Amino acid sequence: MIEVIGFKKSFGTKQVHKGVTFDVKKGECLGLIGGSGTGKSVILRSLIGLEKPDSGKIIIDGVDITKMNERELLEIRKKVAYAFQNGALFDSMTVFENLAYPLREHFHLSEKEIKDRVHDQLADFGLEGNEFVYPGNLSGGMQKRVGLVRAMMMNPQVILYDEPTAGLDPFNTKKIQDLILRLKSRGVTSILVTHDMPTANAVCDKMAMLSQGRIEAQGNMAQLNQDERGAIAKFISGEEF
Amino acid sequence: MNYFAIPLLAFLIETVTFIGGLGILSHHVFRETISGKTYWKLISEQIYQVGYRSLPLILITSGSIGMVMSLQFGLGLEKFGGKLYVPKLVAATFLREMGPMFTSLMLAARVGAGIASEIGSMVVTQQIDAIRALGTSPIKKIVIPRVAACLIVLPILATLSNIVGNFGGLIVGATELDLDPSFYYLKIMATASLEDYLSGFGKTFFFANFISLPACYFGLNVKNGAKEVGIATTKAVVVSSIMILIGDFFLSKVFWMIAKWV
Repeated sequence: MIEVIGFKKSFGTKQVHKGVTFDVKKGECLGLIGGSGTGKSVILRSLIGLEKPDSGKIIIDGVDITKMNERELLEIRKKVAYAFQNGALFDSMTVFENLAYPLREHFHLSEKEIKDRVHDQLADFGLEGNEFVYPGNLSGGMQKRVGLVRAMMMNPQVILYDEPTAGLDPFNTKKIQDLILRLKSRGVTSILVTHDMPTANAVCDKMAMLSQGRIEAQGNMAQLNQDERGAIAKFISGEEF
Repeated sequence: MNYFAIPLLAFLIETVTFIGGLGILSHHVFRETISGKTYWKLISEQIYQVGYRSLPLILITSGSIGMVMSLQFGLGLEKFGGKLYVPKLVAATFLREMGPMFTSLMLAARVGAGIASEIGSMVVTQQIDAIRALGTSPIKKIVIPRVAACLIVLPILATLSNIVGNFGGLIVGATELDLDPSFYYLKIMATASLEDYLSGFGKTFFFANFISLPACYFGLNVKNGAKEVGIATTKAVVVSSIMILIGDFFLSKVFWMIAKWV
């Protein structure tokens, strides 16, 4: 479903990615882990064309998106959703309007149908009663959850999660984990960028560890634990490698 | 040497980058305006924000400027017995220059700053990225409504400014210069031409672009947080004001040449 081949990206004189390669199969959830500043979010942003790589290929559903212009990317973004770290909700709109936004833009639905779908999703994810609240009046955890719900309003084939549990208490972290697992059970392919190893363990089928501009190790947890260099073990224990 | 050379070089690079960026933004705006969906609701919201909410500021400043102009012209010309020319002078100056230019400068300060800071904040909080990530275009959703609103609103505000400015002049003419109000009014009607009005009116379409496009450009190019939002806002107002003032000179020349032709 997703293939990243030889991804290179520099910012000024600093080369952040020196040839990142990994793939994610349909319905799989990949955990992309690594230290701060290793460029995990840049890869995620590049997967929907918010950033352009200097070289390399990003193939989604058999199509290389690095060659696409902004107009062509709009079509890709209908099937690949992005859940932003802080929700990135439109602060001039209510929760209802935020969730209705993708429906109004891409589907020919009546106001009643939009209302029903938004209410169903809110109820489904335990957010009912917040329809007319502005994002500024929601807690951080709720903003993230509304952001996730908005990302999946168009029933995307792929969801990219950018640190969905960062800064959340265990209760809200569990809620986000459940939400990701529910989407996964519907066959959604996903990539999860996180530092939160319990969440990565709970929801990911395999992991890829980004370090020094490359994928240092990848595979399922069992495979990574047998890695000779012990990259994952060192990352978790906070050791340098 | 480097004390002057490095800042000058940085300024030149920034200017060239701005001109190039503005050109690209204008191209995108034009291309996306003529293709696909038009968000009339967003345009009407912006007309309300840009136009209706600027009305008190424009009317108060125009009225004050008209009054000051009438008083200054009157006191100056009185020494030479030329007080009767005040209505003509105020009307011609207002219609050709002061009305459109002051309205544009006021709008650059109020609306340009607002647009740059609003878009800049949206960039910082990833709302612009969210618009793109949800399969929509920030040019269509954010830039075009603001440019369109300025293009629609500025000519109307400048026209209102002309009326209120001349009315201010009339009040001062009647109360301070002892000119008969009906004489003042008839003098305006007799001496102010459609050509005067149109040369000022025509400029407003250019000024609308000078306000909205740089404001959107600086807002969209915010990169690093709240401090840059402030810088972008300042730049938007300064650049718009300079473009209006310099553009006014060249546009005045162009309209004079057109008037000669016709």
